Amino acid sequence: MNPRRKKRLLITCSLIFGLSLAMGLTLFALQQNIDLFYTPNEILEGKNETGVKPEIGQRLRVGGMVLTGSVKRDPDSLKVSFDLVDNKAGQVTVYFDGILPDLFREGQGIVAQGTLKSKNSVDAFEVLAKHDEDYMPPEVADAVKGMSNLKTEQ
Amino acid sequence: MLPEIGQFSLILACILSLLQTVYPLYGVRTGHQGAIRSAKMFTVLQFIAVAISFVILAYLFFINDFSVSYIATNSNSALPWYYRLSAVWGAHEGSLLLWVFLLATWSIAVALMSKNLPVESMARVLAVLGLLAFGFYLFVILTSNPFERTLPYFPIDGRDLNPLLQDFGLVIHPPMLYMGYVGFSVAFAFAIAALLEGRLDSAWAKWSRPWTMAAWTFLTVGIALGSWWAYYELGWGGWWFWDPVENASFMPWLAGTALIHSLAVSEKRGVFKSWTVLLALSAFSLSLLGTFLVRSGVLVSVHAFASDPTRGLFILSFLILVIGGALLLYAVQASKVKSRGRYELASRESLLLLNNILLIAALIVVLLGTLLPLVHKEIGLGSISIGEPFFNRMFTILIVPFALFLGIGSLFRWKRQKLSELVKPILIILLLSLCSSLVFLFVFAPALTWLAMLGVFLGFWIIVSVGYEIYLRSTHRYSFIIGITKLGNSHWAMSLGHLGLAVMIIGITMTQNYSIEKDVKLAVGEHIRFEHYDFHFDQISALNGQNYVGTVGTFSVLHNQQKIAVMNAEKRIYTVQRMPMTEAAIDAGFIRDLYIAMGEQLPDGAWAVRIYYKPFIRWIWLGPLIMALAGFIMICDKRYRTKKQPLTDSKNETGEQNA
Repeated sequence: MNPRRKKRLLITCSLIFGLSLAMGLTLFALQQNIDLFYTPNEILEGKNETGVKPEIGQRLRVGGMVLTGSVKRDPDSLKVSFDLVDNKAGQVTVYFDGILPDLFREGQGIVAQGTLKSKNSVDAFEVLAKHDEDYMPPEVADAVKGMSNLKTEQ
Repeated sequence: MLPEIGQFSLILACILSLLQTVYPLYGVRTGHQGAIRSAKMFTVLQFIAVAISFVILAYLFFINDFSVSYIATNSNSALPWYYRLSAVWGAHEGSLLLWVFLLATWSIAVALMSKNLPVESMARVLAVLGLLAFGFYLFVILTSNPFERTLPYFPIDGRDLNPLLQDFGLVIHPPMLYMGYVGFSVAFAFAIAALLEGRLDSAWAKWSRPWTMAAWTFLTVGIALGSWWAYYELGWGGWWFWDPVENASFMPWLAGTALIHSLAVSEKRGVFKSWTVLLALSAFSLSLLGTFLVRSGVLVSVHAFASDPTRGLFILSFLILVIGGALLLYAVQASKVKSRGRYELASRESLLLLNNILLIAALIVVLLGTLLPLVHKEIGLGSISIGEPFFNRMFTILIVPFALFLGIGSLFRWKRQKLSELVKPILIILLLSLCSSLVFLFVFAPALTWLAMLGVFLGFWIIVSVGYEIYLRSTHRYSFIIGITKLGNSHWAMSLGHLGLAVMIIGITMTQNYSIEKDVKLAVGEHIRFEHYDFHFDQISALNGQNYVGTVGTFSVLHNQQKIAVMNAEKRIYTVQRMPMTEAAIDAGFIRDLYIAMGEQLPDGAWAVRIYYKPFIRWIWLGPLIMALAGFIMICDKRYRTKKQPLTDSKNETGEQNA
């Protein structure tokens, strides 16, 4: 092999090596950081698409509507809990310790990210309510479709 | 009447952009000199037309013409005048108008400043820019017309600009970012023109380089501004969220960074040419992809504007046409591009190649993390989100080889480097950077962690090697004092750019490792103490702004029994949209920020308060600013602007002044 080809081969090899290394690492890191989205009903009954139920301790996101009257606060700290419901009779309790977003309200669609604590409760480390009155994540919008009556109960 | 003139002017610009493409290319084909030279004229006319349209929209905002539905949706008569003007790019339609306006600005800059570019090359470049502009004009006119009227029943007042956008950072963030996005179209146009011509030489790299650099500089500032805005305005105190839209701006930046390095090699050594062309094509394609992701509403994010499927479809088709066409052209023509220079494995060329590989790896990570949720959903596996830890971990891994090789890279010679010569410098650098990072941590860090040590070491590794390299270079032929004045602009630019990265790495490391974040419940009169700071919640008072009301909490901060700051954290309600907003109080400092944001008032009258101590967070934005300064110095390099050059490359002048 002439030196030029040899050099090219080396470069190509290192390129392929670098890329595959990156891909390998990426896929490994990805595996641990994919958070599936569930509606309250899906947490209880399993995903609509696959029927798989989440396991306790699994990281996930849950989206639904905050049930009116369900927000309970701890008097001494920022601990709060509330129930999330959807249009299929699912209901889970979310526990959160921290500051709720400005647009968090009863009867509002929100997304919580956290781990599944028991069959029907979630320990959230983040609660999101987007910064726009009209806005609702499409998944949440699907989950609470036809529930506008909840909103008027406020 | 004015909106109609604006609209008409926009249509005129659209037609002119088409002419700017077709007629000069026809001229190049047939050798018709008049047609070739017409490119410049069409560019100027097109710029004037779109500028008129842009100015009219801005004026309509200024005079509160709510008969225009875009203005009625995004402005309000109570809005201060400067926010009324920045509201022009506050939503989808207007920001696209800004996009085409900036594209025309770049085009006219190319047309007027590249006097020594051969007319035919210039005609090709302008034609490509014209074609891109044409696509975007069609998009604006057909799907997102900013001049649409609400007549005959127009509202008395507007629905107001989103309160999040009523902020100084957001006045300049979008134009800067767009200058960057759109600026890569120039590099793209140069690459396409070179491929069309089938000729790619060092002169090409030299023409294209300052433009690419300018675009990269704007993008750098734009992203840094966005990050700064997110920090103080969103009220979470974070500086980067790996939000799809942030990623969309970060991907072209990564490709652009790879591009400016590979362009340097192409210019100086005449190698990597086809790779450089591919990068130039990708940088702009990624800008387009970013636009598609943001504008089509396929991704859920803070930035997502009201989505409309026809818009998404249009951009997607445009994206496929542009990227597909460019890659097809590349496939056909790239084989004609010959790289002549030779270099050995241990050489600066190889290290720059490595730099490119790592940047592309980072790019792939971000691309994967951004698009995977989309793919996952489309193939019916349900919605997922990819957590921050994924990106953080990947970048922690990638930055290590990147910083290490970056440090010693500039010590390598072009073409061939005897590794034995580098042993001594590397040992010196290693020793110095280890010492300085330990001293630094000893002084500023409350405790040592492995990650913090690694990060700070990498930062100092870069700083020390940059300093050492400057020392070596300037004492190469002269004494240090004289030598240092002889270093060229591009050398300073390189050193500064790398320093900027080092500053940023240190900033990120310190912030991520030593931040203290406390969400606490505080009532007026109570206080909380941490990290030698004592935060007293003094009082709550009412707030009355021009277009908002609210409450303001006053905190006084004590450090070693001395009062060092009084901070006012606001909770605003914008009256028109009834939207609550948190205005954080920040006591900014070179080595630490104190950050207070008011949460909600709890039923018993106390407040949920978020109190942060963020060491070195300013360095995260200082770094990019230094990088941008480096870019600016680079553009000012004499070799890109002198009119009289030695005979061999007399056509190389490409002045650039608007950075």
